[in-house]
Amino acid sequence: MTGINRWLSGTAIASALAVTAGSAGAVELEVMHWWTSGSEAGAVQEFANAFNDRTDNTWVDGAIAGGGDVARPVMVSRILGGDPPGAFQFNHGRQAEELIEAGLMLDLTDVAEEQGWADVINPPSLLDACTYEGRIYCAPVNIHSWQWMWLNDATFEEAGVEVPTNWESFTETAPALREAGIVPLAVGGQPWQQNGAFGVMALALAGEEAWLAVNQDKDAEVARGEDYARAFQAFGEAREMADGVSVQDWNQATNAVIQGEAAAQIMGDWAQGEFAMADMVAGEDYECLPGLGDIAILDAGGDAFYFPQQSDPEVEAAQKELAALLLDPEVQVAFNSVKGSLPVRGDVDLGSVNECTQKGLQLLADGNVVPSGTALLSPDTTNSLNDLMTEFWNTPSMTPEDVQEQYAQIIEQAD
Amino acid sequence: MAVAEDAGSTGHRAAASSGAKRPSRLLRNPMSKIALVPMIAIALVVFLGGTVWTIVYSFTDSGLLPRLDWAGLEQYDRLWSTRKWIVSIQNLALYGFASMIGTLVIGFTLAALLDRKIRFEGVFRSIFLYPFALSFIVTGLVWQWILNPQFGVQGIVRGWGWESFSFDPLNNPNIVMWGLLIAGLWQGTGLVMCIMLAGLRGIDEDIWKASRVDGIPVWKTYIRVIIPMMRPVFVTALVLIASGIVKLYDLVVAQTGGGPGISSEVPAKYVMSAMFGSQNLGQGFAASSMMLLSVVIILIPWAYLEFGGKKRG
Repeated sequence: MTGINRWLSGTAIASALAVTAGSAGAVELEVMHWWTSGSEAGAVQEFANAFNDRTDNTWVDGAIAGGGDVARPVMVSRILGGDPPGAFQFNHGRQAEELIEAGLMLDLTDVAEEQGWADVINPPSLLDACTYEGRIYCAPVNIHSWQWMWLNDATFEEAGVEVPTNWESFTETAPALREAGIVPLAVGGQPWQQNGAFGVMALALAGEEAWLAVNQDKDAEVARGEDYARAFQAFGEAREMADGVSVQDWNQATNAVIQGEAAAQIMGDWAQGEFAMADMVAGEDYECLPGLGDIAILDAGGDAFYFPQQSDPEVEAAQKELAALLLDPEVQVAFNSVKGSLPVRGDVDLGSVNECTQKGLQLLADGNVVPSGTALLSPDTTNSLNDLMTEFWNTPSMTPEDVQEQYAQIIEQAD
Repeated sequence: MAVAEDAGSTGHRAAASSGAKRPSRLLRNPMSKIALVPMIAIALVVFLGGTVWTIVYSFTDSGLLPRLDWAGLEQYDRLWSTRKWIVSIQNLALYGFASMIGTLVIGFTLAALLDRKIRFEGVFRSIFLYPFALSFIVTGLVWQWILNPQFGVQGIVRGWGWESFSFDPLNNPNIVMWGLLIAGLWQGTGLVMCIMLAGLRGIDEDIWKASRVDGIPVWKTYIRVIIPMMRPVFVTALVLIASGIVKLYDLVVAQTGGGPGISSEVPAKYVMSAMFGSQNLGQGFAASSMMLLSVVIILIPWAYLEFGGKKRG
């Protein structure tokens, strides 16, 4: 498989070179990322086109297939090995912390000041995630949020109940759904999905204050407390509601909802692309509940580009040009409308968007936003929580009280 | 291993040509020694150097990048208090034990059957060996589909009318390791069968004639005469199987991804996810040092018995 990937990316690079060989490219900038699915690849092409057309430089595409967990080690080994790419994609937050600490990343503060990033980036927490000791090291490009529940209207009709509007009414419909032979909740088997779903429930059911105390301040007492106990109880109920769908990937779970096998899924806004592909209309065929309909707050995570420190001043100039370009209003619209994510600038208009995206934009504009889990927790802590939540999910004998105590212990040790 | 055997055979030669003046052992065959230098250097730097480096850094709190901030035994403390690591060890022990026995028994049985001068032996041999040509990733995916409850064995048997039939190991935390074991055996037995077959072919025809003359039943000849004679072949097979067990990783990644939950995690996967998923090199190094330690604990007494004994004889 790697052989084929290498060959594919090799030909991608070769063809990119062939196309642009004639132009007076000042610098060929290699950009590494893991956007390889249809809409992702189309979106990143928007960046490449803008970079090739509007500057003298050339975009050399370095796509790595297999997702972030495969791509990140490759990127890091390139940087440490002394052959850094011109730019690379990371989820912003704490994944690149150590690379910045080691002085391997280019300081973008002057670009940010010149372009006025501090004024246009909304929510500001995105820029905070790029800031390390007062200096800015990355350019955020999009917003993705976990805090959504997706419901298939037809399944509730079949079960003869109203489409629920929050988590409590959803749990009440569960027995009716079961009776109609529909699994109430679809959750994929991968650990990050179970931990992610719990994160959504914690924010929606335990409230913003408790969520921030646990995730931001690492307050284990709050994680042991009353508010979180509610979230763990609900997560235990969710475990029972999800019994009957055994799929792995998130999009298979989404598909179970689309097909009517399951009624609902807790998943980030990237799931909406699947509903769109199945020609379903938001508000008619499917519903979306931000924050499970209880507390409508979004967590703003997403992708960002980092620029490794280079010795050649020409390359550095090209890197800064690219950084500025990524946040250009036009480029933001072009990229995000293909990718299906929200732009990081509060001052651009995506044009006609559906009801769910509208809700999301409104919440962003109102400032109902918290930083994302990846920005607050180190990958180490996130991984430990993934392991714990998936163990709970697959061990029926494990009670919500057990898992709460172990969760609090991980938070206690978190750095 | 090679060194020990080499020493043994030189001993024989030396004994045969005793009396003749012989040059110092270091200077004998200088060209071959010079030719070996690069290999020795690589072995020292890559294997020994890498091992020492890993062990040293397992006592630090290295994150995404290695750094020499001493953390004492903290990584090991954390390792042994992590449930995922304990589960990994238990899984590997179960898988290792079952796969060792399963591969040897099935491999030898198949080889013995093929050795009874049957028709189309070549065809059968190819069929049994074929899975070995596939990578573990492919094997894992194939068996993931075969064991899939909707499309695989369970679905087919239910389609025949046995509605209550249930065989869904990959979604049951209690038996998921057996699902992995089936795939592992399917892939691994072919090679062991071939090694065993080569061993059986190396047995002198006269042994069989003698046992027939003495009226010893065939099965008894196998167990009492042939298997003891095939000791070196079994040792080779054992080493191959054991090394495959310790590095068990890709099969799990392809077939179950460590799930359901953490019920099919293995140590190698723990190392990978600590190093690259958690960006915690120190923890990954601690886990891989423990893996090395366990291999060494098993290997040293065995090597001592196997090769230490030969010199005496």
